[in-house]
Amino acid sequence: MSLLARLEQSAPIPLAADIACERGELLALVGPSGSGKSTILRCLAGLHRPAGGYVRCGDATWFDAARGIDVTPQGRRVGFVFQHYALFPHLTALANVTLALQHLAPGERSAKAREWLARANLEGLEARRPAELSGGQQQRVAIARALARDPQVLLLDEPFSAVDQVTRRKLLRQLIHLRRSLPIPIVLVTHDLEEASLLADRMTVLHHGRTLQTAAPDEMLARPASALVARLTDQPNLFAGKVLEQSPETATTVIDWLGQPLLAPYHAGFAVGDTVSWMVPEAAVVLVREHQSDRENTVAACVSERLAWRGHATVSARVAGRRDATLSFAIGASVAQRRGIIPGASILLQLQKSAVRLLPAEEASRAPASGRGDVSP
Amino acid sequence: MDWQALSLSLQLAAATVLLLLPLGICLARLLAWSRFRGQGALEAAILLPLVLPPTVLGYYLLLGFGNASSLGQIYHALTGRALVFTFDGLLAASLIFNLPFAVQPMQRAFAAIPREVREAAWVSGLSRWQTFLRVELPLAWPGIAAALALTFAHTLGEFGVVLMVGGSLPGETRTIAIAIYDQAQAFNDSAAAAMSALLLALSFIAVALVSRLGRSLGRR
Repeated sequence: MSLLARLEQSAPIPLAADIACERGELLALVGPSGSGKSTILRCLAGLHRPAGGYVRCGDATWFDAARGIDVTPQGRRVGFVFQHYALFPHLTALANVTLALQHLAPGERSAKAREWLARANLEGLEARRPAELSGGQQQRVAIARALARDPQVLLLDEPFSAVDQVTRRKLLRQLIHLRRSLPIPIVLVTHDLEEASLLADRMTVLHHGRTLQTAAPDEMLARPASALVARLTDQPNLFAGKVLEQSPETATTVIDWLGQPLLAPYHAGFAVGDTVSWMVPEAAVVLVREHQSDRENTVAACVSERLAWRGHATVSARVAGRRDATLSFAIGASVAQRRGIIPGASILLQLQKSAVRLLPAEEASRAPASGRGDVSP
Repeated sequence: MDWQALSLSLQLAAATVLLLLPLGICLARLLAWSRFRGQGALEAAILLPLVLPPTVLGYYLLLGFGNASSLGQIYHALTGRALVFTFDGLLAASLIFNLPFAVQPMQRAFAAIPREVREAAWVSGLSRWQTFLRVELPLAWPGIAAALALTFAHTLGEFGVVLMVGGSLPGETRTIAIAIYDQAQAFNDSAAAAMSALLLALSFIAVALVSRLGRSLGRR
């Protein structure tokens, strides 16, 4: 049973989205606020009717504008976890879950609801109302209620946005564990890329209601389809350059970046003289020693910032002689300590040729040669 | 104490409450959750009895219900009864002048239910009717009960509209508020005092109930 949807509308929020999620797969919809993520989820659940397109789940058509089909939310068998959970405030945790068991005989509902609450580690809290539960417990009741419906699709709308960081990590672990036992398509809306990378099999990047690219998280980070996707997925090392030389024999395209040549894998799509965008993932920016300065794509830089968190350090370094070009890379915090990576230190960085990715140039105003620009939501 | 007038007032208030319960809920839900053309005008029309002098409202109702009016004629053709100077007409007028007292608290109560909570009920498989009974009503009931208490008390106390539309026919249209006026005019102070005290007590209980229900709505 897979979920397949094409959604189109021009107002109130423009949509031109293609969604595909296989059985057992978790698809994350990511994008800045206002990009239409939640609206897409509402379309899938039947809570919003787009102007055009279709929604199919397995063999069933839930929505088809051309054929005039629009199955009600009640008829779609969707589990929906709302951003602020939308628990029924006047009912206990048990009654919240019981209400979603309309498909069972009345006599079976209570026992089944207890079973779902137990699976969500909520034993002993059955008689509490939502206001008497913590944020994390409320979220688990919401997930239990969504699953109690015996859904064919599970939809999660920013399920971790309303809890604190510590609770969030706990809930993330539980969801990772839980989803292994769910043989249905799961669609997660989030603006948090870390969350998407941790949970999702594939992610779809959205901008102004358009789906720009769908790929596995690692693939998305390593090979964004466009500079806009790179920007929306928070790639720090995104720059502009000019093609200097095309050399299919050596499988190399050479670009000019800030007056120095930079080697990239051969890309036939550009001609000498073309302006291009290019990016290199943080993981492919490598700290090298003095005697390795003759390696390809090595640039001298000066550390401007070091942010350490849980044993990892994210380092920003200005390219020597260029106050406006900053490279970002990640190393272990202890390595950073040992190698003296502190603000002001001079270092050598190698940009691994195989990971340099050339992309069609963005409009001039959006692609500074020097580094990332702001993403307008 | 004019027991006949008290009984008539209680009947009028009870009938008004019973009829405004479904009507008020329908209007309140419509105004709380839908956006449609003419909504502002409808809301203004419902509020009008709050600001209009009761004699003005009564005058227009008298015109609209009169035997010469089409409404009066249709009603007469259907039931054989008149709409003015009868209990039926009093009830119809009572429904109209109580609309703001019934609709406003209900509308606020329904508007306070987050859209997502209703949607959660739908995606949980509850039909619209089940959602209304199991989710909307329990959440909105303090507002609904407050509306009914206000309507009940207001009906007991209404004077101007009742006098204009119903006059003061014993057993048919003489309510307790009219009876108090008649007794006071006749210098029968003890009867006027007893009935006024009763009305005061009933009104106080209704308002206290409304404020208590309002607090319980606010706690959610």
